[in-house]
Amino acid sequence: MKRFWHRFARSRPGLLGVAILAVVVAVAVAAPVIFPGSPFRRVDRPFAPPFGRHLFGTDVLGRDVAAGIAHGARTSLTIGVLATSAAVLVGTLMGGLAGYYGGRVDDLLMRTTEFFQTIPTFLFAILLVAILAPSVWSIVFAIAVVNWPTVARLVRGEFLAMRGREFVQAGVCLGMTDGRVIFRHILPNCVSPIIVTGSLIVATAILIESALSFLGLGDPNVMSWGFMIGSGRTFLRSAWWLCTIPGVAILLTVLAINLVGEGLNDALNPRLRR
Amino acid sequence: MRAGAGRASYVLRRLLQAVPVIVAIIVLNFLLLHLAPGDAAQVLAGEAGSASPEYMAQLRHRFGLDRPVAVQLLLYVKNMLTLDLGFSFRHNMPVVELIAGRLGPTLLLMLTTLVLSVTAGIGLGLLAAARAGNWRDTLISILALVSYATPLFWVGLMLIVVFSLKLDWLPTSGMETVAAFHEGWARVLDIARHLVLPALTLSLFYMALYVRLMRAAMLEQAGMDYVTTARAKGLGESRIMLSHVLRNAVLPVVTMAGVQVGSLLGGSVVVESVFAWPGLGLLAFQSLFARDFNLLLGIFFMSACLVVAVNLAVDVVYTLLDPRIHA
Repeated sequence: MKRFWHRFARSRPGLLGVAILAVVVAVAVAAPVIFPGSPFRRVDRPFAPPFGRHLFGTDVLGRDVAAGIAHGARTSLTIGVLATSAAVLVGTLMGGLAGYYGGRVDDLLMRTTEFFQTIPTFLFAILLVAILAPSVWSIVFAIAVVNWPTVARLVRGEFLAMRGREFVQAGVCLGMTDGRVIFRHILPNCVSPIIVTGSLIVATAILIESALSFLGLGDPNVMSWGFMIGSGRTFLRSAWWLCTIPGVAILLTVLAINLVGEGLNDALNPRLRR
Repeated sequence: MRAGAGRASYVLRRLLQAVPVIVAIIVLNFLLLHLAPGDAAQVLAGEAGSASPEYMAQLRHRFGLDRPVAVQLLLYVKNMLTLDLGFSFRHNMPVVELIAGRLGPTLLLMLTTLVLSVTAGIGLGLLAAARAGNWRDTLISILALVSYATPLFWVGLMLIVVFSLKLDWLPTSGMETVAAFHEGWARVLDIARHLVLPALTLSLFYMALYVRLMRAAMLEQAGMDYVTTARAKGLGESRIMLSHVLRNAVLPVVTMAGVQVGSLLGGSVVVESVFAWPGLGLLAFQSLFARDFNLLLGIFFMSACLVVAVNLAVDVVYTLLDPRIHA
């Protein structure tokens, strides 16, 4: 663990990512304390410019933009983490089974992931959310559905490579059950690529969520950055801050997660380093 | 001659492989149709209440909604394969005609984006890899990293603020100036002016992807034996880079561009609704608002078919670029 941190700390972009992400997480956690009450609540006259009485001004209905940003951080991170966990869980399970057992299961999985590579996945996510009615859960479900094949392909490849290695064959010869070989011996060796891919999926998930809520498919009960941009776009000429500030929030968060992902990749795969 | 015949049979085989994908999409559509709230006939009719009872009865009969699920599925597959996608009451038009009318603008946007992002990606990737580690490389890498993290719709809005509202250089929305009635080249120019911002917006994200891919591929290829051979022959560095390394490094970018077509269509939903570009994406956005699920399902089906077709075309291009592929 200590050696891992040492290696991670050598990557300066990675550290920058961690720093930005720490701020975003802190804002998300503290949102109900700094901005108590609903972010949909009217606090002042509409279109108050930023850096006045309210840090980021107010929107068309007099809602505090800064409160929206803070509560939106909660939404983005929650949906990003939940959707990624679901995608990683399902993807690891399917990929692991396909890679370990091969044969029919493997064929089926490969066809499925190819299918997902062909269909326009964002349109599919739109369809799922629209048909299931927009809510945090339908959004999480849709994002997980379009992302699990990426994980499954990765894990399948890792399992396929591991299955022929001596330590796995030794385990099989010792009469270990399949479950024990898979979970105690192969899976721990695949954790690093799964973590790296997972961190990148969190970033993708946040981008998808923002696009969905921009199109009006966000959960109507929670504040989100995409929704703020979508409702502010009509006032692009008169109130620049309504679209600009939430966009910068998304950009910084996604950038930070990508930087952390790359830092993790460098730290966890020392062989790849020059 | 033999190469031509080989290519034809390759294309034919790839065509046959596309059939199960299309059937799978239809089955998926069928499942989604039944997942939607309300009875499937209501979903098929689009907005609830706007269809006449006679039409509903006719729909129920045509899709066999009073028959077992297996029969329903077969009828649905048959209807979809004969491109009978139903009727949209909101637009008062058959879904197929509606989609066909929107296909042109979307294809124009997609092709422009594809060309723009691939050429810019290859060019910048080449530039970055030429002297890896210097300021130019760093600048390009940072640019790619930031473009990769920016939501498409936001880039679009910001470009509108800068180039349309502040500088007043380019139009904010639509595909042509309707009231101007331009003809001939004036019309082409008008459409081109409208195309700049949407295509730029959609390209930025993919360009970022291709820059990183191209840079990595160039650096990987530069260490290969054939490069040493070329150098030993006495070829100049720029000649080696441009006529040997480049040709090999472009392959992963072309593959990726082919894989990305589906995602490009998804991105065009967002970009088209920002710029009111009258393509499939805008139609999808409008059908979301109208709760016209059947139209949305039709768009999904047709765009998946489009992806299959484009992938096929990319595969053919690939065999032209890389004669090693005879598979």
